[in-house]
Amino acid sequence: MKHTISVIFEHNFNALSRITGLFSGRGYRIDSISFGPGEEEGLARMTLTTHGDEHIIEQITKHLNRLVDVIKVTDLTYVSYVERELALIKISAPPSRRPEVMQIASIFRANIVDISPRTLTVEVTGKTDKINAMLELLRGFGILEVARTGCVALQREYQAKASQEATGIRLA
Amino acid sequence: MSGQIATTMLRESKTTPRPPKKNVSEAKTMKGHEMLVRALVEEGVEVIFGYPGGAVLGIYDALFRTEKLRHILVRHEQGATHAADGYARASGKPGVVLVTSGPGATNTVTGIATAYMDSIPLVVFTGQVPSAMIGNDAFQEADIIGITRPITKHSFLVRNAEELPEIVRKAFYIATTGRPGPVVVDMPKDIMNQEGTYHRPEHIFIRGYNPTYHGHPQQIQRAAHAIREARRPLLYIGGGVISGNAVAELRELVQKTNIPVVSTLMGLGAIPADWPQFLGMLGMHGTWTANMAITTCDLLIAIGARFDDRVTGRVDRFSPRSKKIHIDIDPACISKNVEAHIPIVGHARAVIPELIQQVEPGDWNSWWAQIRQWQKEHPLRYDREATCLKPQYVIECMAEITGGEAIVVTDVGQHQMWVAQYYPFKHPRSNITSGGLGTMGFGFPASVGASLARPERPVFLVTGDGSFQMTSMELATAVKNRLPIKVVILNNAYLGMVRQWQELFFGKRYAHSYLDGTIPDFVRLAESYGATGMRIQKPEDVKSTMKRALEIKDRPVIMDFLVDPEENVFPMVPAGAALYEMIEESRGGSQ
Repeated sequence: MKHTISVIFEHNFNALSRITGLFSGRGYRIDSISFGPGEEEGLARMTLTTHGDEHIIEQITKHLNRLVDVIKVTDLTYVSYVERELALIKISAPPSRRPEVMQIASIFRANIVDISPRTLTVEVTGKTDKINAMLELLRGFGILEVARTGCVALQREYQAKASQEATGIRLA
Repeated sequence: MSGQIATTMLRESKTTPRPPKKNVSEAKTMKGHEMLVRALVEEGVEVIFGYPGGAVLGIYDALFRTEKLRHILVRHEQGATHAADGYARASGKPGVVLVTSGPGATNTVTGIATAYMDSIPLVVFTGQVPSAMIGNDAFQEADIIGITRPITKHSFLVRNAEELPEIVRKAFYIATTGRPGPVVVDMPKDIMNQEGTYHRPEHIFIRGYNPTYHGHPQQIQRAAHAIREARRPLLYIGGGVISGNAVAELRELVQKTNIPVVSTLMGLGAIPADWPQFLGMLGMHGTWTANMAITTCDLLIAIGARFDDRVTGRVDRFSPRSKKIHIDIDPACISKNVEAHIPIVGHARAVIPELIQQVEPGDWNSWWAQIRQWQKEHPLRYDREATCLKPQYVIECMAEITGGEAIVVTDVGQHQMWVAQYYPFKHPRSNITSGGLGTMGFGFPASVGASLARPERPVFLVTGDGSFQMTSMELATAVKNRLPIKVVILNNAYLGMVRQWQELFFGKRYAHSYLDGTIPDFVRLAESYGATGMRIQKPEDVKSTMKRALEIKDRPVIMDFLVDPEENVFPMVPAGAALYEMIEESRGGSQ
């Protein structure tokens, strides 16, 4: 099962490699990872997505918590949360095919951010599956390059009651 | 700001040096080297193990000018880490290492990994090339923080001399609290040469590091309830009881409840071997009784143990009928290999007294009758009638002569298992062995550390001809410091444990496990270093030789025991088998 884990950690030169080293050293998978400075100075927030059975996910969160640099680990999977990913997709599109691409882009609320006689670059934001869907649609044109940020996520402030009851997780 | 260990990646270029701290008691400035020495002294360090080199010359110069720290010069940096480790295990205080950059630092890796696997508090100070040269492939440069990242609890790179006192405090705090472990402090040469004011913070606070000490009261209640309900309870104790200094509490629990106890290799000594409740070591070379008790019990109370694969054997058949209580300070250990029904995260020393208050002895007579029957039918055994020298007999003689009072350090292999089986440990911190990593070569330097930590107690090293050759150069260190270590080499001219596996599982094809013809004359080796050497070939000479060795108090004594070359360690649980599938004796031929 896919898990989205949010990690707040000391933003120092070694913390990132400690976190990623944990995954490579213990054979856990990282599907995506993104991080940057968080709301508090000196701290960074990382969103990582991984998958595995409950046992492995439990080990991942425990080992993350064990790192001295790590201040807080939240597995968002069991709560209501918002997630976004941004992708830049460069496709092969001669002038004759541009309208088609722009039509798809508008359906996905994507922006054209660069254009050349033979290519178009599209910027799209959304959940990972939306980006995957758009990539599938654009595949027919010929995808030249893709850059994705990986998922970033925050817990929703308003939590639907049902989700609290279903999971038994008490929210702060 | 609290927890500010180093500057951030993104703000690196904008950092300015810290403003001078207020309320500094002495305005006098000093160099980083002197700050380090002073911080170590203020941390209560008495002994450090090290080896000088280019990047730490300044620190050595500062050491030269102080009387307050005793520096033990080893002959290889690996020895420094093992010696500091042995010192820590014997004393309960953190071990401290100082080495130079590059090869000096990389030579500590095996020792750091050994300490990490056994949760031993070490603080390793490594020199580093000047900060401007980091990343330039400079002479004697190695990214030691990167190299040791997976085998340290934490590490620090010093970026400013004035940070040193705080970093030293944090390093010792992290190494010694929670689940202990090694910490590396990397010190660029130019930083250590900076002048600054010394300010040791009164309190330190590390935001992301708050080990849990007290167990959850409700979980402890549930555990006590489970003990009252149990018909066949069993305590399974590990090294955490010893490193957590919870031996007195554990002994009280055992005395109050009369619950039988099995121990891991690391837990030996927590319960005296002659107590009736003690069933011996469990696991791959555990006693029959311990392994059968584990398999049969209906309640397993694990304290400070981590269900290592050498303990569990085939994990899906490990203690299949029991409910499991797991008390451990490290949440990541709980339900890692074996699911715990009642997990209790906390310090053994805090949790056990809570448990004692709530438990009573139950009616476990039929359980005890079963255990006594196993003990009667399946004692540890070897051929006592043999005319050749049996290694087990040597350990038994050692036990008799020392009365179980010695600190016994071991290397890794057959001899290690024989010590675990046949030496009746009475005290904690007396069995010093590389349990998790299984580091051959650990023994001799560790015995140097143990001997320095506990000069009042006899220190025996039991080793093999293979293991001893890995770090025998530390003889120079032991002779120089007049350490009366008794080295018992169980010399069978083989890498005995490898040979045993080859005999049992590889059709007696002894690939590269036979050392004969290449073994040095250990007696003359000892003499060449200024130690005393003795060779023993007959069973009747064992005790008299050991007694003679015990009289030598100003230098190491090497006793080269030429033992039966093909003796095996039994019982044995073959790899991948369940604990109850023990082999009790050699059936000959391949399986």
